[in-house]
Amino acid sequence: MSHLPNDLSLGRRNFLKGSLLAGGGLLIGVSLGGCGKPAPTGPGGSPVAWLHIGGDNAITILIDKSEMGQGVYTSLPMLIAEELDVPLSMVKVEVAPADKAFINVFLGTMITGGSTSIREGWGKLRTAGAAARAMLVGAAADAWKVDPAQIKVADARLTGPGGKSATFGEMAEAAAKREVPKDAKPKDAKDFTLVGKPTPRLDTPSKVDGSAEYGIDVKLPGMKYAALAQSPVLGGKVKSVDASAAEKMPGVIKVVTTSSGVAVVADHYWQAHSARDALKITWEDGANVHLTTASMRTGLATAKGSPLTARKDGAGAAAVKGGKKTVSATYELPIRAHATMEPMNCTADVHADSCDIYVGTQIQQVAQAVAAAAAGVQPEKVNVHTTMLGGGFGRRLEVDFIPAAVEASKAVGVPVKLVWTREDDFTHDAYGPPAHNSASASLDAAGNPTAVHLNIVSPSITARVFPPVVAKPGTVDPFMVEAAANYLYDAPNVQVDVLRHEIGINVGYLRSVSHQLNAFMVESFMDELAHTAGKDPFEYRRALLSKQPRAKRVLEEAATRANWGKAAAGTHQGIAVMEGYGTYLAAVADITLVDGKAKVGKITCVVDCGQKVNPGIVESQIVSGMVFGLPQALWSEITLDGGKVQQTNFDSYRVVRMNDVPMLDVVMIDSTEAPGGIGEPSVAVVAPAIANAIFAATGKRVRDLPLAKSGLV
Amino acid sequence: MLTLKVNGQSLETDASPDTPLLWVLRDHLGMTGTKFGCGKSLCGACTVHVDGSATRSCVTPVENVIGKEIRTIEGLSKDRSHPVQKAWMELDVPQCGYCQSGQIMSATALLERNPNPTDADIDSAMAGNICRCGTYPRIRAAIHKAADMMKGGSK
Repeated sequence: MSHLPNDLSLGRRNFLKGSLLAGGGLLIGVSLGGCGKPAPTGPGGSPVAWLHIGGDNAITILIDKSEMGQGVYTSLPMLIAEELDVPLSMVKVEVAPADKAFINVFLGTMITGGSTSIREGWGKLRTAGAAARAMLVGAAADAWKVDPAQIKVADARLTGPGGKSATFGEMAEAAAKREVPKDAKPKDAKDFTLVGKPTPRLDTPSKVDGSAEYGIDVKLPGMKYAALAQSPVLGGKVKSVDASAAEKMPGVIKVVTTSSGVAVVADHYWQAHSARDALKITWEDGANVHLTTASMRTGLATAKGSPLTARKDGAGAAAVKGGKKTVSATYELPIRAHATMEPMNCTADVHADSCDIYVGTQIQQVAQAVAAAAAGVQPEKVNVHTTMLGGGFGRRLEVDFIPAAVEASKAVGVPVKLVWTREDDFTHDAYGPPAHNSASASLDAAGNPTAVHLNIVSPSITARVFPPVVAKPGTVDPFMVEAAANYLYDAPNVQVDVLRHEIGINVGYLRSVSHQLNAFMVESFMDELAHTAGKDPFEYRRALLSKQPRAKRVLEEAATRANWGKAAAGTHQGIAVMEGYGTYLAAVADITLVDGKAKVGKITCVVDCGQKVNPGIVESQIVSGMVFGLPQALWSEITLDGGKVQQTNFDSYRVVRMNDVPMLDVVMIDSTEAPGGIGEPSVAVVAPAIANAIFAATGKRVRDLPLAKSGLV
Repeated sequence: MLTLKVNGQSLETDASPDTPLLWVLRDHLGMTGTKFGCGKSLCGACTVHVDGSATRSCVTPVENVIGKEIRTIEGLSKDRSHPVQKAWMELDVPQCGYCQSGQIMSATALLERNPNPTDADIDSAMAGNICRCGTYPRIRAAIHKAADMMKGGSK
C-alpha cells in the first residue's frame, strides 16, 4: 500500500457536515458528494456521524472500523478525544452501521484492512474533532462576547473570562447552528496530551470476564442454530441430498440446500452439527478435482503470458545482462490459512422486506450486499450489526459464510446462527496466495547492483474481490507488488514485473498480503547478492540505502540492538529490512543449530511507524505480526490433493504456541512523521531474517517456504 | 433433565447426555464466555475447570461432569477482581480476545496448583492454548504478575 499517500485529510468529495441533534446536541459527520446535501442517514433514519455531543454532555464516537484485536475501539476514539481535550473515559464508543458515509478513503468501500485504520483516522477523525471543538468554542465566544482565544477547554467544559463556564452539552445546540469551519486544524504533535501516551484499551475489561460479544455469541429470541456441509472439493456444488436420516435426528427443524452447501437447522448447535454428519450428499466436484499442490506449483512455474511492469528505472531488466557478474534465484511460497480463533459464523434474521445480520466482518457494505441478495431485499434494508471479531487477518474480508445463514433464516422464518466448524474453516478458506518469484541482478566490480529485475507470478486476489480496481487492461494489482515495487536499494536499473496466474481456487488477503511473498524474495536475494559480493549482509544493505534514510536508520538500529556481528559462539544471525504501509522496519533473527536444525532464539525488530497514537497497542501489534509470521516462516502450508485441502485442524496445520515463542525484542523509534500502518508489516520480515540466519549458519540457501521443508528447522 | 454444578449454582439442562459440555454451557445455559475454537481439544479456547482441573469442554460429554464442580470464566469473579483477571487488565493482554477466556482458565488452574511457576512451567501448562494474535509474551508476564499478587507481593 506504499503507493498510497500516508496522510489523507477528508477526500475532495467529502465535506464535514454539522447538524443539530434531537434534544439539542451537536453532530459532526461527513457529507458525501458536496455541500448542500443533507447529512447521510443510517438504517434507522438517524444521521450518520462520527461524533455526537448530546445536550446532556454525553460524547459518543461512532467507530467505523471493526475491532479484531488491533485496538481501534481505543486508538480511534483517542484521536477525537485529543482534539476535544476530553479524557477518554468521558467518551462512549458505538459501532457504526454499514453506510457509504464510512467508506475507507484508502480502499473505496467500508473496510477494515490494509493497515489503514489509523492512517485514515489520522486525517478525518482529528479534523472532525477539531471542527467540533472550534464550533463549541465559537458558540461560547459569541454567547459570552469574548475572543475565542480567551476560551479554555478541559474535561468537556468551556471556560471564559470572568468565571464564564458551560459544558459541551450546554453549548452544543448553539454550536450546531454554526457553519462547520473549512479550515479546522488538528493539533500539532507538541500539543498532544493523549496521543502518543500508552493508554489502556477500552475493550480489555470485557475480554477478561467473557462478556465481550463476538458473532458466535449472538443470541436472538427464538433463534435456531445451523451447521453447513460444503463440497469437500473446493468449488464443487451439491448434486443431490438425501436428508432422510438427518431429518429424523433430535432437534432438527429443517435441512436447507443453500447456495454454498447444505445447512441443517436445529434447536441447538450440537444437534445441527450431529445431524450434518448424517446427511448423504452427492457432490458435483467441478473443475478442481484434479488440482494438487504439485500441479499448482507447476502451473505457477510455467505460467505463460505477458507480465505487467510495475516499475522500471533506467533500462530495467535489459540491463541485467550487461553487468560484470549476474545472480539469479527463484523463491516459492505456499498457500496458507488464516485460522482465526473464532471460526466463521453469521446470525441472520430475515423479515418480510428486511434483514438483520449479526456478524464479525471487516467489510460491512459487501456483507450487506450479499445478505440482501440472499434475502431478496434491497441492500439498504439489511442492517449489518458488526460484533467483535475473534481474529480477522483478512479472513473476514470474505463474505462466503453469510449467504447460507440468510438463506437458512429465510427458509425457517426465524433467526438462525450458522457456525462453521474448525474443519470447515481450514478446508474452505480463501487462502493466502502462492507465488513463484524470480529475481536477477548484475553486479559491478565492487559487487554493487547495476540492475535488478524482480518477476512475480501469483494469482490476483483483487481481481476477484474488487474487480473494478484491476478492470482496466494493463492495470497492476497493487496488492501483488507490495515490498517489491518500492525496491529500496540503490541501483540505476530496476524493473519489477508481475504476471497474474490463477490457480483455480480462491485466494484471499492474508495479513501483510504480498509483502510477505515479496519481502521473502527481495530480502533473501539481497543476502545472496551480499554473499556474492563477499560483503557483510548488514553493511551491504546499509551502503545501498543512500536514498532511504528511514529504512537505513531502522536497519542500523536493529543491527546495533541485536549486537550484529558480535553474537555469542554458536548463534547465527540473519537480517531483513522493509517498508510497508508507510512503516519502516528491520528484523534480526538469532538462531542456533541443534542436531542440524535451526532453533530461533530471538528476533529483534526495530520499527519506525511515524507518530504512534497508542504505543502500548503499537508494540502489541508488532509482536502480534512477528508471532503471526513465525509459523508461516517455519511450518505453515496448505496442501491440496484432488482439489481437497489436506489440513483440517490445528493438529495438521501447525501454528505458534507458548513454548514456541522466541525472545521478541521490539524497539519503536520516536517520530512525528504521519502514522504508518502497524497491523501487518512485521509479519513479513520474519521469514527472510530467519532464512538468512540459516544461510549464515549452514551455507544453505532455502528458497522455498515453509522452511521446515528444507529439513533445516 | 441433567443437573450440573456450574460456578457454585445448580443448573438444569435438557441437553442429551452426549452433548459436549461446551455447547451445553454456551447454547443451553447461555454462558458464552467459554469459546468454541477447534472441537478437538487442540486449541484450548473452551477451557473450563472441572473439580479444579483445566478441562477442554469441547470434547467432554456433559454426562461425564455430572456431580462435579464446573467453573467457567463467568465464575472466576463477579467483578474482574480475580488476580489473574487483574494482571491481564494491568498488562492489557487481550487483542481480539477470543482465546482469552481459555487462556485465563488455564493460567488460573496452573497458579492454583503451582503458585510460583517458572517460564518452563508456564510453557508446559499453556502450550495447549493457542492465541493467533500472539499475546503469548504478555500472557507469560501476566501469569508471573498474578502469581506475585496471589502471594500478596508487589502488584
